[in-house]
Amino acid sequence: MQRLILAALLIALFTLPFTFASSVTIATLIFAKALAVLGIFVLLQAGQVSFGHGMFFAAGAYAAAYFGVVWRAPDLLVLTVAVIAISGVSGLIIGLFVSRYRLIFFSMLNLAFSMVLFALLEKLFHYTGGTDGMRIRRPSLMGYTFSRSDFDMAMFYYALILMVLCTGLVWLYLRSPLGQALKAVKVNETRLEYIGLSANHTLLVAYVFSAVLAGLGGLAFGLVQGLATPDLTFWTRSGEFVFIAVLGGIGSVFGVFAGTAVYEIVRFYAAALLDDSWQLILGITLIAVILTVPSGLIGLPARLRAAFGGARTNGKDKA
Amino acid sequence: MTTTLALIALLDGISYASLLFLVAVGLTLIFGVLGVLNVAHGSLYAIGAYMAATLGGWLTAQGYNPWLTFPALMAAAILTGVVVGGLMERFLLRQIYEKDPTLQLLITFAVFMVLENVQRMVWGVQPYFMSEPLRALGNIELLGIRYTAYQIVFLPVMAILTMVGLRYFLRHTLAGAKIVAVTEDREAATSIGIDARKVYFVTFVIGACLAAMGGALATPTTSVLPGMGANMIVLSFAVAATAGLGNIEGALLAALLIGVARSFAVYIMPETEVLMPYLIMVLILLWRPMGLFGAVQARKI
Amino acid sequence: MTAPLLSARGIQIRFGGVIAADGIDLDIFDRENLAIIGPNGAGKTTFLNITTGYLKPQGGSVTLNGREILGTPPRRITRMGVARAFQIPQLFTEHTVLENMLLSAAVRERIWNPLRPLSRIRQRAEMLDLLDLVGCADIADRLASELPEGQRKLVDIAIALAQRPKLLLMDEPTSGVATADKFGIMEILIKALREAQVASVFVEHDMEMVSRYASRVAVWSQGKIQMTGTPDVVMKDPDVIRTVIGG
Repeated sequence: MQRLILAALLIALFTLPFTFASSVTIATLIFAKALAVLGIFVLLQAGQVSFGHGMFFAAGAYAAAYFGVVWRAPDLLVLTVAVIAISGVSGLIIGLFVSRYRLIFFSMLNLAFSMVLFALLEKLFHYTGGTDGMRIRRPSLMGYTFSRSDFDMAMFYYALILMVLCTGLVWLYLRSPLGQALKAVKVNETRLEYIGLSANHTLLVAYVFSAVLAGLGGLAFGLVQGLATPDLTFWTRSGEFVFIAVLGGIGSVFGVFAGTAVYEIVRFYAAALLDDSWQLILGITLIAVILTVPSGLIGLPARLRAAFGGARTNGKDKA
Repeated sequence: MTTTLALIALLDGISYASLLFLVAVGLTLIFGVLGVLNVAHGSLYAIGAYMAATLGGWLTAQGYNPWLTFPALMAAAILTGVVVGGLMERFLLRQIYEKDPTLQLLITFAVFMVLENVQRMVWGVQPYFMSEPLRALGNIELLGIRYTAYQIVFLPVMAILTMVGLRYFLRHTLAGAKIVAVTEDREAATSIGIDARKVYFVTFVIGACLAAMGGALATPTTSVLPGMGANMIVLSFAVAATAGLGNIEGALLAALLIGVARSFAVYIMPETEVLMPYLIMVLILLWRPMGLFGAVQARKI
Repeated sequence: MTAPLLSARGIQIRFGGVIAADGIDLDIFDRENLAIIGPNGAGKTTFLNITTGYLKPQGGSVTLNGREILGTPPRRITRMGVARAFQIPQLFTEHTVLENMLLSAAVRERIWNPLRPLSRIRQRAEMLDLLDLVGCADIADRLASELPEGQRKLVDIAIALAQRPKLLLMDEPTSGVATADKFGIMEILIKALREAQVASVFVEHDMEMVSRYASRVAVWSQGKIQMTGTPDVVMKDPDVIRTVIGG
């Protein structure tokens, strides 16, 4: 049953350009953001919240801009590999430091690093274009250069494939011993140490993985926007990722996509109306979700079933 | 770098550190007692600043004596701390003390999002200025350098008064003793009849007032802008973490260290100004993972 | 006499004013079952914490097979063949009992292939056997957080055994286990340890357990070792009777 739903969802997503052509761009942005949210989701398994993953998101976009300048029209696949390397290495360097910490320190140190990057991107305008940011050139793909409309379509499939692949990878990773050990970090680090595994190293692996996911998300996001700006690493951006991950629920990797899609669609239609109070609404929703349904969107059906389960059985009995 | 420039940088640093200390000590006090890191602390700082600018601006516009802006700064800080901080503790934090620390962190982060937005809705994005207190106190000369008395006398004095007052309050008053008792052993304190809820409330309001006071006192020296709250929360965390979270005396030293290092960076390598506080924090934490005065606590197994 | 497996010399540690180890000298030999007895606060658990690298003493040395291990973190010492079960069971409470075991086995074998689910590692059968050994086969699929205290203790020991240690340290292994099951379980455990040629150290308050299952006893008193010897000798010692058994 679950496989059937998954297959149907995949078919629906891959045929989206033919069914809802107008939604291609917003769908691409959803996939890109979902990648970054996946990164937060991975860390949430260890009970850790990063308020600073916007820094890797920005790193992905700025890397695309930078390589566009250096290599003229870089190949999309080469660019992808380059971004994986850059976000992975920066994730490793920052991770070596932050993976020694948990909870408050972990969250706040990530926030601090992202704020530093934000300030640097704004300040070093000779290299980064300051607040205006850097233009990102359209890449080519194996010798093929895209026209404007081709490129939108190509980006749609690029981001979709990336997201599907990464979702699958995260799913596999979390089932593997290392992923299960990550969940153990949240629960009992002492026992983990006493079966011969370092909790810090386990978290570090997850951190590097999450940095790469956010980097790839930033790459896709930047390519679609054609622009890399400092606000990609502003705290509101990182907060948004955390918001979506919590909203989607930490129980299932599929909640990430569901959460991102719901979030972006609501924002897309509500933006004009609520732009001034968007952050306010997010904050209030987040508080409400945490206080009432801590398991998030994916956990909502189960909660409802539990709450109304009794009533439903009674109804059946009468029938 | 000439000695004059070095002296200016030092004075700058001290005045900046005084403000930093006020905010950070509130953050660290709340953490020490409640065990909650209030991410919205930066918003209290910003709202305190906006309130001070609004109140002071109104007084000035009405043609009142500029000296009245001093009580206005205090009033703005206390009003913000008691109202915003009080409401926050009473209606939100109280529900989450027993919850998972991750959720506590998320809730205060959510409050931060809300307050940043509310602040923008109320005060817009235009910068506010209110330099009356600065001008009222005039300049003083120190080793041949003219400097505003507000920054080099008033702010440090306020910081030291706060430090001394806080120490006296915690060590020599009944309310303070109750706070210390709850911090050390909540269960034991409750069993001898201390109302832990009340202690949490009072502590949080005091911490909130300190943040707002930092904001209010900063108003005469800087323009009040959106985003100042976000910057301050990470900065004050850097100070508190460098000192060791929960350590009040250490926060003063850490604030001085970071404040002075930052202002020297401004004069020597302006590009590194934003980096400096975090560089210091990272270096200290690499050396002592729980901060200068923090102790690693082993879990009992 | 053969060289000791683990050897502690002159261990000193104090917490504030309390001296928890004041010159502890102790050798642990291959295949023996050493019981540690003594009043609460004598420093028994502290000794286990030091020998497994959880605490660093202010003085002394601990060697494992002749190699100094002070300053080595618990995970390395675990990998060198010293496993530990705790007084308060340390379980992965959000995992099932079997998953707890599989994770222990996967770490032991360093199975880091991200494409292989934990539930399908080759050691699954071995882990089920181990659970069977401690009488927990029927709760393999229960969440560890749902278990009663007694079963938690057994699972905690099984997780340690899953490391295939040369030396197993147990802190009050059967406290919290129903009295009716206590001896049966210890019987099985000691037999299994003997078969696998694993040495064990267990902190114990129940003197009947000690006299039945220990091959040697060390008596702790105020951070010192009061005496060591075979159970029948130690338990007849008037001092021991006064300070430990009688009190």
